Amino acid sequence: MATKTVRFEIKRQANPDAPAVWENFELEWRPGMNVISAMMEIAANPVTADGRETTPITYDSNCLEEICGSCAMRINGKARMACSSLVDNLEQPIRVEPLSKFPLVRDLQVDRHVLFENLMAVKAWVPVDGTYDLGSGPRVFPQQQEANYPLSNCISCTCCMEVCPQFNEGTGFVGAATIAQVKLFNNHPTGKVFKEDRLRALAGDGGIQECGFAQNCVEACPKQIPLTNAISDVSRDVIIQKAKDFLRG
Amino acid sequence: MAAPRIIVVGGGLAGLAAVIKIAEAGGTVDLFSIVPVKRSHSVCAQGGINAAKNLKGEGDTTDKHFDDTIYGGDFLANQTPVKAMCEAAPAIIDLLDRMGVPFNRTPEGLLDFRRFGGTLYNRTAFAGATTGQQLLYALDEQVRRHESDGKVRKFEGWEFLSAVLDSKGQARGITALDLRSMELRSFHADAIILATGGTGALFGKSTNSVICTGSAQSAIFQQGAYYGNGEFIQVHPTCIPGEDKLRLMSESARGEGGRVWVPRTPGDKRPVKQIPAAERFYFLEEWYPKYGNLVPRDVATRAIHKVVYELGLGLDGQPMVYLDLTHIDRATLNRKLEGILEIYEKFVGDDPRDVPMKIFPGVHYTMGGLWVDFNQMTSIPGIFAAGECEYQYHGANRLGANSLVSCIFGGFRSGPIALEYAKNLPDAEGDGGHAAELARQAEINGKLLNNAGTENPFKLWRELGESMTKHVTVIRYNKGLKQADEKVVELLDRYKNVNLSDRSQWANTSFAFARQLKNMLELSRVVAQGALLRDESRGAHYKPDFPDRNDEQFLKTTKASFTGEPAGPLFEFEEVDTQFIKPRPRSYTAAK
Repeated sequence: MATKTVRFEIKRQANPDAPAVWENFELEWRPGMNVISAMMEIAANPVTADGRETTPITYDSNCLEEICGSCAMRINGKARMACSSLVDNLEQPIRVEPLSKFPLVRDLQVDRHVLFENLMAVKAWVPVDGTYDLGSGPRVFPQQQEANYPLSNCISCTCCMEVCPQFNEGTGFVGAATIAQVKLFNNHPTGKVFKEDRLRALAGDGGIQECGFAQNCVEACPKQIPLTNAISDVSRDVIIQKAKDFLRG
Repeated sequence: MAAPRIIVVGGGLAGLAAVIKIAEAGGTVDLFSIVPVKRSHSVCAQGGINAAKNLKGEGDTTDKHFDDTIYGGDFLANQTPVKAMCEAAPAIIDLLDRMGVPFNRTPEGLLDFRRFGGTLYNRTAFAGATTGQQLLYALDEQVRRHESDGKVRKFEGWEFLSAVLDSKGQARGITALDLRSMELRSFHADAIILATGGTGALFGKSTNSVICTGSAQSAIFQQGAYYGNGEFIQVHPTCIPGEDKLRLMSESARGEGGRVWVPRTPGDKRPVKQIPAAERFYFLEEWYPKYGNLVPRDVATRAIHKVVYELGLGLDGQPMVYLDLTHIDRATLNRKLEGILEIYEKFVGDDPRDVPMKIFPGVHYTMGGLWVDFNQMTSIPGIFAAGECEYQYHGANRLGANSLVSCIFGGFRSGPIALEYAKNLPDAEGDGGHAAELARQAEINGKLLNNAGTENPFKLWRELGESMTKHVTVIRYNKGLKQADEKVVELLDRYKNVNLSDRSQWANTSFAFARQLKNMLELSRVVAQGALLRDESRGAHYKPDFPDRNDEQFLKTTKASFTGEPAGPLFEFEEVDTQFIKPRPRSYTAAK
């Protein structure tokens, strides 16, 4: 019996200015194989399906257990994490492309730095007085912890931004991930000291009103973060903040 | 004199902890990381962080934490720094709590704690089963805050290549490679902190992230730094075997009541849930009645090996055993362990709430590392090390949930000490060695890029991993260790013939990997030869031909230095600081 194989079509682009080309690969099937292990295989034997020598594929990856957020890409048209994309669950040929909403670096690698800039703009942190010993933190009841923990699971993969029709250069929309972090820090007993600043940061152009409620984000999120709830809650708070600021003149 | 400049290499818990302390003390930091720091390997830690807060009325104390850690490490760790760490741990938990880490809570709103291996106390604070992720994010957020204040500059996507040393051998900066533009540059610094994590990649597949190659440690080892206790590598008992990596299944699964077993009958064909309790072999509970499933990792790993390879009881004849949570109710599992259960579900396809998980040991943690003094400084003046990349907190075996605390503690300590060192450093003569080091690195890069060989670096790496895993992990024989070292020598030779299938100068991952590979090979010799020299069994280092601990000869720190000679590293041994707890036999068959 012939060895079982897996077929891939991978979009390659040598640099941001180079033309994009598709390359086909045929690899030996292995149990538990995922898209990353397939690309590791290609690196060890960089030959296309038609026997042409090529280069290993450039892509971001690190933990390979869907917690570092590195390996987001489009697989069979869907934004998802490559490490948890098991070959057995995918239709072949498996088409792999870079995320489309971020500046391309090379092959499947893109620059997602904008998310970290957005997190800085909304002050996504708890302003502790210092790291010296100031005793225990505020009491937090299990119900609060259980509400906040899912928001804190965001791995910054940017899948929610990739799939959002409003996330583009025209709107400058910050995207769902950042809004969910605003909710997280505004919920925190100490973090809420910046609540007004955060809401104002989301009040202008590119802020929360850009959301068109397509709800793609919540479906794409690999961590099942309640993104649309977060957007609704923060949206309400932004409107209240705007009204307050208006009345204050 | 100009304001001191500090470089921190590595943005995991230890690196970020150091950055925060320096920024808080008024210093400025350049932070280098291969990946955006929020994606560092600390994110993978699952089960929790130890601190003797004694919130469960058990009478736990920092002294007991200290004793468990020293005993768990089979007395190889220097006791002074370990004692300091255990004493600092409760305040570290408080700080993380104040930073907003969503730790699990008791009904009264206090921190909840669970049990981990190698202790009888509930000492481990946790945020679900993604504690490392939550801790890393908390420190990442604080660093972002300092970044917005202009105290921190991040160089994400840059890989450390080497230290710049002046004519006196003191650190004056680093050279690094921009992984996108492939630009080689040197950066000035008055002190450097390496926080570059573990070395799982020496073994091919491990629980570590892709970037955990040990390349930075190896680079400064080759520049003259001592490497300590390199032979001590932790193999975690419970991992999910995989094609690309071994995925960790946290000790917290056992901390919450998970049980390890195999059917008593080899190849039992019944559906797993129909095998009655009497026909299940709960070997850890039978062999270690006091600690049960929560024996330390080295002990659990050897037990699984014995069950699989000596007793022939692996599941369906395969190297696997059950880790069973199915007797625990789903709500509890979801509240306390959801993160890891999802990993199993996603990567294996079965729901561990319904069926027992199939697991096997995998390389997990590097106890050894850069030798440092009690001030976290390596043997190269001005280069400090913190976190998994240094050797000093875990001895011969690390206890579960001690890694996060050691990373943060080491980072917190190294930051202010490095700043103080930098303030007192006299100006460099000339350019401090920058031009010479840049030229050396440029030569290495040029040679590699144009090498006309036939060897694929990724294939060489696979061979390295297979040999190291076979000979230098759970069970070690001197014959095999020699073979492993010979294999490395062979690979070093073949490396001269390496061929990059990619010669471009833009985001060339083969190039970056080939540079790491050379460093991995050099470091592998330290591990294999260190293991060969240590004719005893201690913690994670186990030799059936020398089954006992031999304090007289080997209650000593192994220190390796680079020679560049074919014979490999030079080894010497250093006395261990045992001033607080007298070494005693280590056994987990009864309460210690």
